[in-house]
Amino acid sequence: MIEAHGLTKDYGDKRAVDGLSFTVEPGIVTGFLGPNGSGKSTTMRLILGLDRPTAGTVTVNGKRYRDHAAPLHEVGALLEARSVHTGRSAANHLRALAQTHGIPRKRVDELIDLVGLHEVARKRAGTFSLGMGQRLGIAAALLGDPQTVMLDEPVNGLDPEGIHWIRYLLKGLAAEGRTVFVSSHLMSEMALTADHLIVVGRGKLIADTSVDDFVQQASGNVVRVRSPQADELRRLLEGPGVTVVAVEPGLLEVSGLGAPLIGEAAAGGGIVLHELMPQQASLEEAFMDLTRDDVEFKTGAEAAA
Amino acid sequence: MSAVAVTPPPLASKGRVTQARVIVSEWTKLWSVRSTRWSLFVAFTFSIGIGALACFFVARHWPHMDPRERARFHPLEPNLAGVQLAQLALGVLGVLIITAEYSTGMIRASFTAVPKRLPVLWAKAVVFGGVTLALMVPAVLLAFVAGQSILSGRHIQVAFSAPHVARAVIGAALYLTVVGLFGLGLGAIVRNTAGGIALFAGIMFVIPPLMNVLPTSWNDAASPYLPLAAGEAIMSTTAGNHLSPWVGLALLCGYAAAALAIAAVLLVRRDT
Repeated sequence: MIEAHGLTKDYGDKRAVDGLSFTVEPGIVTGFLGPNGSGKSTTMRLILGLDRPTAGTVTVNGKRYRDHAAPLHEVGALLEARSVHTGRSAANHLRALAQTHGIPRKRVDELIDLVGLHEVARKRAGTFSLGMGQRLGIAAALLGDPQTVMLDEPVNGLDPEGIHWIRYLLKGLAAEGRTVFVSSHLMSEMALTADHLIVVGRGKLIADTSVDDFVQQASGNVVRVRSPQADELRRLLEGPGVTVVAVEPGLLEVSGLGAPLIGEAAAGGGIVLHELMPQQASLEEAFMDLTRDDVEFKTGAEAAA
Repeated sequence: MSAVAVTPPPLASKGRVTQARVIVSEWTKLWSVRSTRWSLFVAFTFSIGIGALACFFVARHWPHMDPRERARFHPLEPNLAGVQLAQLALGVLGVLIITAEYSTGMIRASFTAVPKRLPVLWAKAVVFGGVTLALMVPAVLLAFVAGQSILSGRHIQVAFSAPHVARAVIGAALYLTVVGLFGLGLGAIVRNTAGGIALFAGIMFVIPPLMNVLPTSWNDAASPYLPLAAGEAIMSTTAGNHLSPWVGLALLCGYAAAALAIAAVLLVRRDT
Protein backbone atom coordinates (compact mmCIF):
# COMPACT_ATOMS: atom_id res chain seq x y z
CA MET A 1 0.00 0.00 0.00
CA ILE A 2 1.29 3.43 -0.97
CA GLU A 3 -0.34 6.55 0.48
CA ALA A 4 0.47 10.07 -0.67
CA HIS A 5 -0.93 13.19 0.97
CA GLY A 6 -0.46 16.59 -0.63
CA LEU A 7 2.82 15.46 -2.14
CA THR A 8 4.64 18.42 -3.67
CA LYS A 9 8.11 18.82 -5.15
CA ASP A 10 9.75 21.96 -6.49
CA TYR A 11 13.00 22.01 -8.42
CA GLY A 12 14.07 25.63 -8.25
CA ASP A 13 10.94 27.55 -9.26
CA LYS A 14 9.57 24.67 -11.30
CA ARG A 15 6.86 22.61 -9.62
CA ALA A 16 7.28 19.00 -10.73
CA VAL A 17 4.69 17.46 -8.44
CA ASP A 18 1.77 19.54 -7.25
CA GLY A 19 -0.26 18.46 -4.23
CA LEU A 20 -0.73 14.82 -5.20
CA SER A 21 -2.90 12.70 -2.93
CA PHE A 22 -3.68 9.11 -3.78
CA THR A 23 -3.71 5.59 -2.40
CA VAL A 24 -2.36 2.55 -4.20
CA GLU A 25 -4.16 -0.55 -2.96
CA PRO A 26 -2.77 -4.07 -2.67
CA GLY A 27 -4.10 -6.94 -4.75
CA ILE A 28 -4.55 -5.01 -7.99
CA VAL A 29 -2.34 -3.44 -10.63
CA THR A 30 -2.51 0.34 -10.40
CA GLY A 31 -1.42 2.23 -13.48
CA PHE A 32 0.27 5.59 -13.07
CA LEU A 33 -0.47 7.38 -16.26
CA GLY A 34 0.57 10.72 -17.64
CA PRO A 35 2.40 12.36 -20.52
CA ASN A 36 6.19 12.63 -20.42
CA GLY A 37 7.27 15.25 -17.92
CA SER A 38 4.06 15.04 -15.89
CA GLY A 39 5.86 14.15 -12.66
CA LYS A 40 5.51 10.35 -12.60
CA SER A 41 9.22 9.62 -12.15
CA THR A 42 9.59 12.40 -9.60
CA THR A 43 6.67 10.98 -7.61
CA MET A 44 8.33 7.57 -7.61
CA ARG A 45 11.63 9.07 -6.44
CA LEU A 46 9.74 10.82 -3.63
CA ILE A 47 8.13 7.51 -2.64
CA LEU A 48 11.60 5.94 -2.38
CA GLY A 49 13.02 8.88 -0.46
CA LEU A 50 15.62 9.55 -3.15
CA ASP A 51 14.27 13.10 -3.31
CA ARG A 52 12.77 15.02 -0.42
CA PRO A 53 9.25 16.38 -0.87
CA THR A 54 8.88 20.16 -0.66
CA ALA A 55 5.56 19.54 1.10
CA GLY A 56 3.32 16.64 1.92
CA THR A 57 4.10 13.07 2.88
CA VAL A 58 4.18 9.67 1.30
CA THR A 59 4.30 6.32 3.08
CA VAL A 60 4.76 2.76 1.92
CA ASN A 61 3.17 -0.04 3.91
CA GLY A 62 2.48 2.47 6.66
CA LYS A 63 5.92 4.02 7.06
CA ARG A 64 8.16 6.45 5.26
CA TYR A 65 10.41 4.39 3.00
CA ARG A 66 13.50 5.60 4.82
CA ASP A 67 12.16 4.36 8.16
CA HIS A 68 11.86 0.73 7.08
CA ALA A 69 14.51 -1.52 8.61
CA ALA A 70 14.50 -3.76 5.52
CA PRO A 71 13.34 -1.60 2.62
CA LEU A 72 14.01 -4.16 -0.14
CA HIS A 73 11.55 -6.52 1.52
CA GLU A 74 8.93 -3.77 1.57
CA VAL A 75 9.30 -2.18 -1.84
CA GLY A 76 10.95 -3.35 -5.03
CA ALA A 77 11.47 -0.56 -7.49
CA LEU A 78 12.54 -0.17 -11.07
CA LEU A 79 13.41 3.43 -11.83
CA GLU A 80 13.22 4.91 -15.29
CA ALA A 81 16.77 6.20 -15.19
CA ARG A 82 19.41 3.49 -15.25
CA SER A 83 20.62 2.59 -11.80
CA VAL A 84 23.45 0.18 -12.53
CA HIS A 85 27.21 0.63 -12.55
CA THR A 86 28.14 0.02 -16.18
CA GLY A 87 31.40 -1.69 -15.26
CA ARG A 88 29.85 -4.35 -13.04
CA SER A 89 28.30 -7.63 -14.16
CA ALA A 90 24.59 -8.21 -13.71
CA ALA A 91 25.25 -10.99 -11.21
CA ASN A 92 27.61 -8.88 -9.10
CA HIS A 93 25.22 -5.93 -9.22
CA LEU A 94 22.40 -8.05 -7.86
CA ARG A 95 24.67 -9.73 -5.33
CA ALA A 96 25.84 -6.39 -3.93
CA LEU A 97 22.24 -5.26 -3.51
CA ALA A 98 21.22 -8.59 -1.98
CA GLN A 99 24.06 -8.48 0.53
CA THR A 100 22.76 -5.26 2.13
CA HIS A 101 19.82 -7.35 3.41
CA GLY A 102 21.61 -10.65 3.85
CA ILE A 103 19.64 -12.14 0.95
CA PRO A 104 21.32 -15.42 -0.06
CA ARG A 105 23.20 -15.85 -3.33
CA LYS A 106 20.78 -18.55 -4.43
CA ARG A 107 18.05 -15.93 -4.63
CA VAL A 108 20.19 -13.85 -7.01
CA ASP A 109 20.62 -16.85 -9.32
CA GLU A 110 16.89 -17.60 -9.17
CA LEU A 111 16.02 -14.11 -10.29
CA ILE A 112 18.62 -14.02 -13.04
CA ASP A 113 16.95 -17.15 -14.45
CA LEU A 114 13.47 -15.74 -13.92
CA VAL A 115 14.13 -12.58 -15.94
CA GLY A 116 16.01 -14.50 -18.61
CA LEU A 117 19.49 -13.02 -18.15
CA HIS A 118 21.25 -16.31 -17.47
CA GLU A 119 23.41 -16.12 -20.61
CA VAL A 120 24.68 -12.61 -19.89
CA ALA A 121 24.84 -12.62 -16.09
CA ARG A 122 28.66 -12.38 -16.12
CA LYS A 123 28.77 -9.60 -18.70
CA ARG A 124 29.24 -5.98 -17.77
CA ALA A 125 25.90 -4.18 -17.46
CA GLY A 126 27.26 -1.40 -19.69
CA THR A 127 27.07 -3.75 -22.66
CA PHE A 128 23.35 -4.45 -22.12
CA SER A 129 20.61 -3.38 -24.50
CA LEU A 130 17.78 -1.27 -23.12
CA GLY A 131 15.58 -4.35 -22.84
CA MET A 132 18.24 -6.35 -20.98
CA GLY A 133 18.75 -3.37 -18.67
CA GLN A 134 15.02 -3.37 -17.92
CA ARG A 135 15.13 -7.09 -17.12
CA LEU A 136 18.06 -6.53 -14.77
CA GLY A 137 16.16 -3.70 -13.09
CA ILE A 138 13.13 -5.92 -12.66
CA ALA A 139 15.31 -8.65 -11.14
CA ALA A 140 16.64 -6.08 -8.67
CA ALA A 141 13.10 -4.98 -7.84
CA LEU A 142 11.98 -8.54 -7.05
CA LEU A 143 15.13 -9.52 -5.14
CA GLY A 144 13.68 -8.90 -1.69
CA ASP A 145 10.29 -10.58 -2.32
CA PRO A 146 8.68 -7.18 -1.65
CA GLN A 147 5.11 -6.54 -0.61
CA THR A 148 4.98 -3.53 -2.91
CA VAL A 149 6.36 -3.45 -6.45
CA MET A 150 6.84 -0.13 -8.20
CA LEU A 151 8.00 -0.01 -11.80
CA ASP A 152 8.63 3.13 -13.82
CA GLU A 153 7.90 2.56 -17.52
CA PRO A 154 8.82 -1.14 -17.38
CA VAL A 155 7.93 -1.93 -20.99
CA ASN A 156 10.39 0.65 -22.35
CA GLY A 157 12.79 -1.06 -24.70
CA LEU A 158 11.22 -4.50 -24.32
CA ASP A 159 10.36 -6.60 -27.34
CA PRO A 160 6.77 -7.88 -27.76
CA GLU A 161 7.65 -11.10 -25.97
CA GLY A 162 9.09 -9.09 -23.08
CA ILE A 163 6.03 -6.86 -22.91
CA HIS A 164 3.83 -9.92 -22.76
CA TRP A 165 6.01 -11.32 -19.97
CA ILE A 166 5.76 -8.08 -17.97
CA ARG A 167 1.97 -8.07 -18.21
CA TYR A 168 1.74 -11.57 -16.81
CA LEU A 169 4.30 -10.80 -14.16
CA LEU A 170 2.44 -7.72 -12.94
CA LYS A 171 -0.91 -9.50 -12.89
CA GLY A 172 0.65 -12.47 -11.14
CA LEU A 173 2.23 -10.24 -8.48
CA ALA A 174 -1.09 -8.51 -7.86
CA ALA A 175 -2.87 -11.87 -7.68
CA GLU A 176 -0.48 -12.81 -4.87
CA GLY A 177 -1.87 -9.85 -2.94
CA ARG A 178 0.99 -7.44 -3.56
CA THR A 179 0.65 -3.76 -4.26
CA VAL A 180 1.66 -3.17 -7.87
CA PHE A 181 2.23 0.39 -9.09
CA VAL A 182 3.31 0.81 -12.70
CA SER A 183 3.84 4.00 -14.61
CA SER A 184 3.42 4.46 -18.32
CA HIS A 185 2.79 7.20 -20.82
CA LEU A 186 0.90 4.71 -23.00
CA MET A 187 -2.81 4.39 -22.27
CA SER A 188 -3.14 1.31 -24.45
CA GLU A 189 -0.54 -0.54 -22.38
CA MET A 190 -2.26 0.40 -19.13
CA ALA A 191 -5.67 -0.63 -20.45
CA LEU A 192 -4.32 -4.16 -20.92
CA THR A 193 -2.47 -4.44 -17.61
CA ALA A 194 -4.01 -2.21 -14.96
CA ASP A 195 -7.15 -2.51 -12.89
CA HIS A 196 -7.02 0.98 -11.50
CA LEU A 197 -5.62 4.22 -12.91
CA ILE A 198 -4.05 7.28 -11.38
CA VAL A 199 -3.70 9.89 -14.10
CA VAL A 200 -1.46 12.94 -13.71
CA GLY A 201 -0.64 15.93 -15.87
CA ARG A 202 1.83 18.68 -14.99
CA GLY A 203 2.27 17.16 -11.57
CA LYS A 204 -1.44 17.36 -10.70
CA LEU A 205 -3.92 14.57 -10.19
CA ILE A 206 -6.33 14.41 -13.14
CA ALA A 207 -8.14 11.16 -12.48
CA ASP A 208 -8.18 8.38 -9.90
CA THR A 209 -10.53 5.77 -11.28
CA SER A 210 -10.95 2.15 -12.24
CA VAL A 211 -9.89 1.23 -15.75
CA ASP A 212 -13.42 0.07 -16.55
CA ASP A 213 -14.91 3.44 -15.58
CA PHE A 214 -12.23 5.26 -17.50
CA VAL A 215 -12.91 3.16 -20.59
CA GLN A 216 -16.64 3.68 -20.17
CA GLN A 217 -16.24 7.44 -20.03
CA ALA A 218 -13.70 7.52 -22.78
CA SER A 219 -15.67 5.49 -25.27
CA GLY A 220 -18.59 7.93 -25.00
CA ASN A 221 -21.21 5.24 -25.55
CA VAL A 222 -20.81 4.99 -29.29
CA VAL A 223 -21.81 1.69 -30.85
CA ARG A 224 -20.98 0.70 -34.40
CA VAL A 225 -23.69 -1.26 -36.20
CA ARG A 226 -23.39 -2.88 -39.61
CA SER A 227 -26.55 -4.09 -41.22
CA PRO A 228 -27.88 -4.69 -44.76
CA GLN A 229 -31.08 -3.01 -43.50
CA ALA A 230 -29.34 0.05 -42.10
CA ASP A 231 -31.97 2.56 -43.12
CA GLU A 232 -34.72 0.51 -41.54
CA LEU A 233 -32.71 0.13 -38.34
CA ARG A 234 -31.98 3.83 -38.26
CA ARG A 235 -35.68 4.69 -38.29
CA LEU A 236 -36.27 2.13 -35.57
CA LEU A 237 -33.56 3.46 -33.23
CA GLU A 238 -33.90 7.22 -33.64
CA GLY A 239 -35.66 8.93 -30.80
CA PRO A 240 -35.07 11.38 -27.97
CA GLY A 241 -31.48 11.22 -26.65
CA VAL A 242 -30.36 8.90 -29.40
CA THR A 243 -28.32 10.00 -32.39
CA VAL A 244 -27.63 7.80 -35.35
CA VAL A 245 -25.02 8.74 -37.91
CA ALA A 246 -24.69 6.89 -41.19
CA VAL A 247 -20.95 6.63 -41.63
CA GLU A 248 -21.22 4.86 -44.95
CA PRO A 249 -23.88 2.79 -46.63
CA GLY A 250 -24.75 -0.09 -44.33
CA LEU A 251 -22.77 1.27 -41.36
CA LEU A 252 -24.22 3.29 -38.47
CA GLU A 253 -22.73 4.89 -35.39
CA VAL A 254 -25.27 5.01 -32.59
CA SER A 255 -24.84 7.08 -29.47
CA GLY A 256 -27.23 7.17 -26.53
CA LEU A 257 -28.10 3.47 -26.70
CA GLY A 258 -26.09 0.53 -25.44
CA ALA A 259 -25.28 -2.47 -27.60
CA PRO A 260 -27.75 -4.79 -25.82
CA LEU A 261 -30.68 -2.45 -26.44
CA ILE A 262 -29.73 -2.01 -30.09
CA GLY A 263 -29.50 -5.75 -30.55
CA GLU A 264 -32.88 -6.30 -28.89
CA ALA A 265 -34.49 -3.57 -31.00
CA ALA A 266 -33.08 -5.12 -34.17
CA ALA A 267 -34.32 -8.57 -33.19
CA GLY A 268 -37.75 -7.12 -32.42
CA GLY A 269 -37.90 -5.48 -35.84
CA GLY A 270 -36.57 -8.59 -37.60
CA ILE A 271 -33.48 -6.76 -38.79
CA VAL A 272 -30.28 -8.63 -39.64
CA LEU A 273 -27.07 -7.40 -37.97
CA HIS A 274 -23.60 -8.16 -39.35
CA GLU A 275 -21.70 -6.29 -36.70
CA LEU A 276 -22.54 -4.80 -33.31
CA MET A 277 -19.54 -3.29 -31.61
CA PRO A 278 -19.17 -0.80 -28.74
CA GLN A 279 -16.42 1.64 -29.69
CA GLN A 280 -13.42 1.50 -27.37
CA ALA A 281 -10.80 2.33 -29.93
CA SER A 282 -10.75 5.94 -28.83
CA LEU A 283 -9.02 5.19 -25.51
CA GLU A 284 -5.75 6.73 -26.49
CA GLU A 285 -7.65 9.72 -27.84
CA ALA A 286 -9.59 10.10 -24.61
CA PHE A 287 -6.39 10.04 -22.65
CA MET A 288 -4.95 12.69 -24.92
CA ASP A 289 -8.09 14.79 -24.55
CA LEU A 290 -7.83 14.47 -20.80
CA THR A 291 -4.20 15.51 -20.67
CA ARG A 292 -3.99 17.82 -23.68
CA ASP A 293 -3.75 20.96 -21.57
CA ASP A 294 -1.23 19.31 -19.31
CA VAL A 295 1.35 18.16 -21.79
CA GLU A 296 4.72 19.58 -20.89
CA PHE A 297 6.45 19.40 -24.24
CA LYS A 298 4.31 20.30 -27.23
CA THR A 299 5.46 19.92 -30.80
CA GLY A 300 5.74 23.15 -32.78
CA ALA A 301 2.44 22.69 -34.58
CA GLU A 302 0.58 21.91 -31.37
CA ALA A 303 2.11 24.82 -29.54
CA ALA A 304 1.10 27.20 -32.30
CA ALA A 305 -2.44 25.88 -32.45
CA MET B 1 1.86 -19.55 -20.03
CA SER B 2 0.23 -19.38 -16.63
CA ALA B 3 -0.06 -16.02 -14.94
CA VAL B 4 1.24 -17.28 -11.62
CA ALA B 5 4.23 -19.25 -12.81
CA VAL B 6 6.33 -16.20 -13.79
CA THR B 7 6.42 -14.58 -10.36
CA PRO B 8 9.47 -15.28 -8.21
CA PRO B 9 9.25 -17.83 -5.39
CA PRO B 10 8.87 -16.41 -1.89
CA LEU B 11 11.98 -15.67 0.12
CA ALA B 12 12.37 -18.03 3.06
CA SER B 13 13.93 -15.64 5.57
CA LYS B 14 13.97 -11.87 5.54
CA GLY B 15 16.75 -9.94 7.21
CA ARG B 16 17.27 -6.26 7.85
CA VAL B 17 19.92 -3.79 6.76
CA THR B 18 22.90 -3.71 9.09
CA GLN B 19 26.18 -1.82 8.88
CA ALA B 20 28.04 -5.14 8.63
CA ARG B 21 25.92 -6.24 5.67
CA VAL B 22 26.46 -2.94 3.91
CA ILE B 23 30.20 -3.44 4.39
CA VAL B 24 29.97 -6.88 2.76
CA SER B 25 28.05 -5.29 -0.11
CA GLU B 26 30.68 -2.58 -0.56
CA TRP B 27 33.38 -5.25 -0.55
CA THR B 28 31.61 -6.93 -3.48
CA LYS B 29 31.22 -3.59 -5.24
CA LEU B 30 34.90 -2.70 -4.83
CA TRP B 31 36.24 -5.91 -6.34
CA SER B 32 33.66 -6.30 -9.09
CA VAL B 33 34.73 -3.27 -11.12
CA ARG B 34 37.78 -3.50 -13.35
CA SER B 35 39.01 0.07 -12.84
CA THR B 36 39.28 -0.30 -9.07
CA ARG B 37 41.23 -3.54 -9.39
CA TRP B 38 43.59 -1.78 -11.78
CA SER B 39 44.09 1.24 -9.55
CA LEU B 40 44.90 -0.97 -6.58
CA PHE B 41 47.25 -3.05 -8.72
CA VAL B 42 49.01 0.10 -9.94
CA ALA B 43 49.34 1.50 -6.43
CA PHE B 44 50.73 -1.82 -5.17
CA THR B 45 53.22 -2.60 -7.92
CA PHE B 46 54.38 0.95 -8.56
CA SER B 47 55.12 1.70 -4.94
CA ILE B 48 57.45 -1.31 -4.99
CA GLY B 49 58.76 -0.92 -8.55
CA ILE B 50 59.42 2.80 -8.54
CA GLY B 51 61.04 2.60 -5.10
CA ALA B 52 63.37 -0.15 -6.31
CA LEU B 53 64.08 1.65 -9.57
CA ALA B 54 64.97 4.89 -7.75
CA CYS B 55 67.34 2.95 -5.47
CA PHE B 56 68.91 1.34 -8.51
CA PHE B 57 69.67 4.73 -10.08
CA VAL B 58 71.04 6.13 -6.84
CA ALA B 59 73.30 3.10 -6.46
CA ARG B 60 74.58 3.52 -10.00
CA HIS B 61 75.15 7.22 -9.59
CA TRP B 62 76.73 6.94 -6.11
CA PRO B 63 80.41 6.95 -7.22
CA HIS B 64 79.81 10.24 -9.07
CA MET B 65 78.05 12.02 -6.23
CA ASP B 66 79.99 14.71 -4.38
CA PRO B 67 80.40 14.52 -0.59
CA ARG B 68 77.75 17.17 0.02
CA GLU B 69 75.16 15.17 -1.89
CA ARG B 70 76.25 12.03 -0.07
CA ALA B 71 75.89 13.74 3.27
CA ARG B 72 72.35 14.85 2.48
CA PHE B 73 71.36 11.41 1.22
CA HIS B 74 69.02 9.21 3.23
CA PRO B 75 68.52 5.65 2.00
CA LEU B 76 64.75 5.81 2.55
CA GLU B 77 64.26 8.78 0.29
CA PRO B 78 64.53 7.03 -3.08
CA ASN B 79 63.01 3.94 -1.53
CA LEU B 80 59.68 5.69 -0.87
CA ALA B 81 59.56 7.40 -4.27
CA GLY B 82 56.75 5.06 -5.38
CA VAL B 83 54.48 6.64 -2.80
CA GLN B 84 54.25 9.72 -5.03
CA LEU B 85 52.53 7.76 -7.77
CA ALA B 86 50.57 5.50 -5.45
CA GLN B 87 49.01 8.50 -3.72
CA LEU B 88 47.69 9.76 -7.03
CA ALA B 89 46.25 6.35 -7.97
CA LEU B 90 44.66 5.90 -4.53
CA GLY B 91 43.33 9.44 -4.26
CA VAL B 92 41.72 9.19 -7.68
CA LEU B 93 40.33 5.76 -6.78
CA GLY B 94 38.88 7.20 -3.59
CA VAL B 95 37.10 9.87 -5.64
CA LEU B 96 35.90 7.31 -8.21
CA ILE B 97 34.47 4.86 -5.69
CA ILE B 98 31.68 7.31 -4.96
CA THR B 99 31.48 9.50 -8.08
CA ALA B 100 31.21 6.53 -10.45
CA GLU B 101 28.02 5.61 -8.59
CA TYR B 102 26.62 9.03 -9.38
CA SER B 103 27.71 9.06 -13.02
CA THR B 104 26.26 5.60 -13.72
CA GLY B 105 23.12 6.03 -11.61
CA MET B 106 24.16 3.16 -9.33
CA ILE B 107 23.76 5.52 -6.38
CA ARG B 108 19.96 5.32 -6.79
CA ALA B 109 20.12 1.54 -6.41
CA SER B 110 22.49 1.89 -3.44
CA PHE B 111 20.27 4.41 -1.67
CA THR B 112 17.12 2.45 -2.46
CA ALA B 113 18.65 -0.57 -0.72
CA VAL B 114 20.04 1.57 2.12
CA PRO B 115 17.81 4.64 2.32
CA LYS B 116 19.49 5.90 5.50
CA ARG B 117 22.47 6.48 3.20
CA LEU B 118 25.19 7.04 5.80
CA PRO B 119 25.91 3.31 6.22
CA VAL B 120 26.91 3.33 2.53
CA LEU B 121 29.47 6.09 3.06
CA TRP B 122 30.88 4.50 6.21
CA ALA B 123 31.04 1.10 4.52
CA LYS B 124 32.91 2.56 1.56
CA ALA B 125 35.39 4.19 3.94
CA VAL B 126 35.89 0.99 5.94
CA VAL B 127 36.28 -1.27 2.90
CA PHE B 128 38.44 1.07 0.85
CA GLY B 129 40.54 2.13 3.84
CA GLY B 130 40.95 -1.46 4.99
CA VAL B 131 41.85 -2.80 1.56
CA THR B 132 44.30 0.04 0.93
CA LEU B 133 46.03 -0.48 4.27
CA ALA B 134 46.13 -4.25 3.81
CA LEU B 135 47.76 -3.84 0.40
CA MET B 136 50.07 -0.94 1.09
CA VAL B 137 51.69 -2.26 4.29
CA PRO B 138 53.16 -5.26 2.44
CA ALA B 139 53.87 -3.04 -0.57
CA VAL B 140 56.04 -0.59 1.38
CA LEU B 141 57.73 -3.43 3.26
CA LEU B 142 58.56 -5.19 -0.01
CA ALA B 143 59.72 -1.89 -1.46
CA PHE B 144 61.98 -1.44 1.58
CA VAL B 145 63.49 -4.93 1.30
CA ALA B 146 64.03 -4.60 -2.45
CA GLY B 147 65.35 -1.03 -2.32
CA GLN B 148 67.73 -1.58 0.57
CA SER B 149 69.14 -4.77 -0.91
CA ILE B 150 69.93 -2.77 -4.08
CA LEU B 151 71.56 0.00 -2.02
CA SER B 152 73.54 -2.57 -0.03
CA GLY B 153 75.67 -3.08 -3.14
CA ARG B 154 77.19 0.30 -2.26
CA HIS B 155 76.94 -0.30 1.51
CA ILE B 156 74.61 2.67 1.84
CA GLN B 157 71.55 0.77 3.02
CA VAL B 158 69.75 1.38 6.26
CA ALA B 159 68.37 -1.17 8.71
CA PHE B 160 64.66 -1.38 9.54
CA SER B 161 65.64 -1.00 13.19
CA ALA B 162 67.53 2.26 12.55
CA PRO B 163 65.99 5.44 14.01
CA HIS B 164 62.83 6.67 12.20
CA VAL B 165 62.93 3.93 9.60
CA ALA B 166 60.11 1.69 10.82
CA ARG B 167 57.93 4.74 11.49
CA ALA B 168 58.58 6.21 8.04
CA VAL B 169 58.03 2.93 6.16
CA ILE B 170 54.85 1.84 7.93
CA GLY B 171 53.83 5.51 8.01
CA ALA B 172 53.93 5.57 4.21
CA ALA B 173 51.21 2.92 4.12
CA LEU B 174 49.16 4.82 6.70
CA TYR B 175 49.65 8.02 4.73
CA LEU B 176 48.42 6.42 1.48
CA THR B 177 45.36 5.03 3.22
CA VAL B 178 44.38 8.41 4.62
CA VAL B 179 45.00 10.10 1.26
CA GLY B 180 42.60 7.61 -0.34
CA LEU B 181 39.96 8.37 2.30
CA PHE B 182 40.47 12.10 1.74
CA GLY B 183 39.75 11.47 -1.95
CA LEU B 184 36.60 9.52 -1.00
CA GLY B 185 35.38 12.43 1.11
CA LEU B 186 36.05 14.98 -1.62
CA GLY B 187 34.35 12.77 -4.21
CA ALA B 188 31.27 12.40 -2.03
CA ILE B 189 31.09 16.19 -1.62
CA VAL B 190 31.45 16.97 -5.33
CA ARG B 191 29.58 13.87 -6.69
CA ASN B 192 31.27 14.28 -10.05
CA THR B 193 34.34 12.41 -11.25
CA ALA B 194 36.09 15.22 -13.10
CA GLY B 195 35.29 17.73 -10.39
CA GLY B 196 36.36 15.37 -7.62
CA ILE B 197 39.69 14.54 -9.23
CA ALA B 198 40.33 18.22 -9.96
CA LEU B 199 39.56 19.16 -6.37
CA PHE B 200 41.78 16.38 -5.01
CA ALA B 201 44.69 17.19 -7.33
CA GLY B 202 44.23 20.91 -6.71
CA ILE B 203 44.38 20.61 -2.94
CA MET B 204 47.21 18.08 -2.94
CA PHE B 205 49.46 19.13 -5.79
CA VAL B 206 48.53 22.60 -7.05
CA ILE B 207 48.08 24.63 -3.90
CA PRO B 208 51.51 23.75 -2.39
CA PRO B 209 53.57 25.32 -5.23
CA LEU B 210 51.13 28.23 -5.37
CA MET B 211 52.11 29.02 -1.79
CA ASN B 212 55.37 30.35 -3.19
CA VAL B 213 53.62 33.54 -4.27
CA LEU B 214 53.10 34.37 -0.59
CA PRO B 215 55.76 36.27 1.35
CA THR B 216 58.36 33.74 2.52
CA SER B 217 57.50 34.04 6.20
CA TRP B 218 53.79 33.38 5.54
CA ASN B 219 54.61 30.54 3.20
CA ASP B 220 56.92 28.94 5.75
CA ALA B 221 54.31 29.33 8.46
CA ALA B 222 51.35 27.97 6.49
CA SER B 223 52.81 25.35 4.13
CA PRO B 224 53.47 22.60 6.71
CA TYR B 225 49.77 22.58 7.52
CA LEU B 226 48.60 21.75 4.00
CA PRO B 227 47.34 18.16 3.64
CA LEU B 228 50.21 16.91 1.50
CA ALA B 229 53.00 18.39 3.61
CA ALA B 230 51.30 17.45 6.86
CA GLY B 231 50.83 13.87 5.77
CA GLU B 232 54.29 13.46 4.31
CA ALA B 233 55.79 14.39 7.68
CA ILE B 234 55.21 10.76 8.75
CA MET B 235 57.77 9.69 6.12
CA SER B 236 60.36 12.32 7.07
CA THR B 237 63.82 11.15 8.08
CA THR B 238 65.52 14.52 8.35
CA ALA B 239 64.73 17.74 10.13
CA GLY B 240 63.11 20.47 8.07
CA ASN B 241 60.15 22.78 7.82
CA HIS B 242 57.55 20.17 8.58
CA LEU B 243 55.36 19.12 11.46
CA SER B 244 56.47 16.32 13.73
CA PRO B 245 55.57 12.99 12.07
CA TRP B 246 52.56 11.90 14.10
CA VAL B 247 51.14 15.40 14.45
CA GLY B 248 51.36 15.75 10.67
CA LEU B 249 49.62 12.46 10.03
CA ALA B 250 46.97 13.32 12.61
CA LEU B 251 46.35 16.59 10.78
CA LEU B 252 45.92 14.76 7.47
CA CYS B 253 43.49 12.42 9.25
CA GLY B 254 41.68 15.55 10.36
CA TYR B 255 41.40 16.79 6.79
CA ALA B 256 40.05 13.42 5.65
CA ALA B 257 37.63 13.24 8.57
CA ALA B 258 36.41 16.78 7.85
CA ALA B 259 35.84 15.94 4.18
CA LEU B 260 33.92 12.78 5.13
CA ALA B 261 31.90 14.67 7.75
CA ILE B 262 30.88 17.38 5.27
CA ALA B 263 30.07 14.65 2.75
CA ALA B 264 27.92 12.87 5.36
CA VAL B 265 25.89 15.98 6.11
CA LEU B 266 25.35 16.69 2.40
CA LEU B 267 24.61 13.05 1.61
CA VAL B 268 21.65 12.97 3.96
CA ARG B 269 20.30 16.35 2.89
CA ARG B 270 20.61 16.32 -0.86
CA ASP B 271 18.28 14.83 -3.45
CA THR B 272 19.71 12.00 -5.49
